[in-house]
Amino acid sequence: MSGRVSVSFRLNGSDCTAEVEPRQTVADLLRAMHLTGTPVGCEQGVCGSCTVIVDDDPARACLMFACQLEGRSLRTVEGLATGGRLHALQEAFDEEDAVQCGFCTPGFLMLAAAALEHDPFLNDDAIDALVSMNLCRCTGYGPIRRAIRRAAKEARRAP
Amino acid sequence: MKPAAFTYLAPRTIDEALSQLADAGGDARILAGGQSLVPAMAYRLAQPSILVDVNGLTDAPPLAEEDGRLEIGPLVRHQDLRRLSPQRPLGALLSSMAEKVGPWPVRCRGTFCGSLAQADPASEWALAVVALDVNLTLESRQDGPRSVPASEFFAGVMATTAREDEMMTAATIAELPGATRWGFSEFGRRTGDYATVLALALYELKGGRMTRVRIATGGAEAVPRRLSEVEEALEGSAPSKPRFLQAAELAAEIIDPLEDYQADALYRRDLVRSMVLRALQQTTR
Ligand SMILES: Cc1cc2nc3c(=O)[nH]c(=O)nc-3n(C[C@H](O)[C@H](O)[C@H](O)COP(=O)(O)OP(=O)(O)OC[C@H]3O[C@@H](n4cnc5c(N)ncnc54)[C@H](O)[C@@H]3O)c2cc1C
Ligand code: FES
Ligand code: FES
Repeated sequence: MSGRVSVSFRLNGSDCTAEVEPRQTVADLLRAMHLTGTPVGCEQGVCGSCTVIVDDDPARACLMFACQLEGRSLRTVEGLATGGRLHALQEAFDEEDAVQCGFCTPGFLMLAAAALEHDPFLNDDAIDALVSMNLCRCTGYGPIRRAIRRAAKEARRAP
Repeated sequence: MKPAAFTYLAPRTIDEALSQLADAGGDARILAGGQSLVPAMAYRLAQPSILVDVNGLTDAPPLAEEDGRLEIGPLVRHQDLRRLSPQRPLGALLSSMAEKVGPWPVRCRGTFCGSLAQADPASEWALAVVALDVNLTLESRQDGPRSVPASEFFAGVMATTAREDEMMTAATIAELPGATRWGFSEFGRRTGDYATVLALALYELKGGRMTRVRIATGGAEAVPRRLSEVEEALEGSAPSKPRFLQAAELAAEIIDPLEDYQADALYRRDLVRSMVLRALQQTTR
């Protein structure tokens, strides 16, 4: 009785149409499309590992149904690097050893990318508040904070 | 877990949404920000057979400040309230409370009205509407709009007096007079999650004395409410530490504390004492 519905949206800059079951979340759809860069941890909005960017805001991909993407723009970690070059945040996470098992990393990258797009002048308090929104079970947050601070500096220097 | 199957409807107008709710005869749920409903569906605590997604409504009124009132429509997100101007007391109060509602990604999608409909006893907005005597507009196809004072809206933990075919289409808050002092305090174990206990204190300072005192707590009892005995104890006196301590003590005594895995009755009373005291102390900052 649920049927399948067709949904058209922009995915990492390209137009895309998918057939989905209404009960599929954005996270489910991404995995069905083999975009496995968006990991799913808690499926209840708490851990932040599934964070993606919808239009210009960060969103928990596990708390949005795929059919709600109609006409919107979705960005995932797969779209962060452009023209074969890593995003400043990805470089900084590498430099600062902000990755251990890597499960939380895409969520942090997308959250921080959205935050830097909203405000490249993120101060340390804002960075602390930001990293407290996602769970990392390995690195202890210090390297993640340093990486975001480094990328913020880069973003301010960029022309 | 994954949500059970449902039929997805995406109405374009409020009337269309109200018709869909009425036709469903109780089997439908409104989907607003989805930040409470989707987790409940993933746990299969909620298994609606129809979801009426209101995010595409073209006639939902935006956040509007006019005629000394703030009107909050059904698609106003927590994050929109973060952006209210702090120049006036109401804007300053709501934007500072908004910062405590979940993490930023949740604030970008979750709605003010959805939060009230969810009726979590520790919701910041549930506390705010009770303390500020907010009028809520509930609409159905059958009866049209009706107005419900916030104090009559909450019926228990996650329960309200709204009917299944009703949609909250507005929350209307009167501006606060310029002389209003306010303080807000909450305690939670985890950043970005619901608090355990919250308190809000408001009064107007006239000739050095507190008038129109309002003290309300959330998370302490099954529903947030104003503590009239505490308000009366403070009314007409000058703000001072001993007065505030007395008031906090009284608040801790008179509440009928919730007990759950987060806090037993004794601990909740302690938290109420501390949160009411902190909220009052903040009013003199
Ligand atoms: C990690 C996390 C942390 C959170 N922390 C907090 C917190 O600290 N404080 C807090 O208050 N909340 C918190 N929340 C919950 C969040 O605020 C939700 O946004 C809110 O409770 C529900 O609003 P919604 O728009 O997302 O509603 P939905 O999830 O879409 O709906 C919730 C319920 O309300 C009904 N509903 C929605 N809109 C209407 C309407 N207009 N009329 C009638 N019924 C309606 C729905 O049918 C459903 O029953 C948190 C959520 C998450 C995932
Ligand atoms: S999987 Fe979405 S927030 Fe944890
Ligand atoms: S690196 Fe393992 S969870 Fe963060």
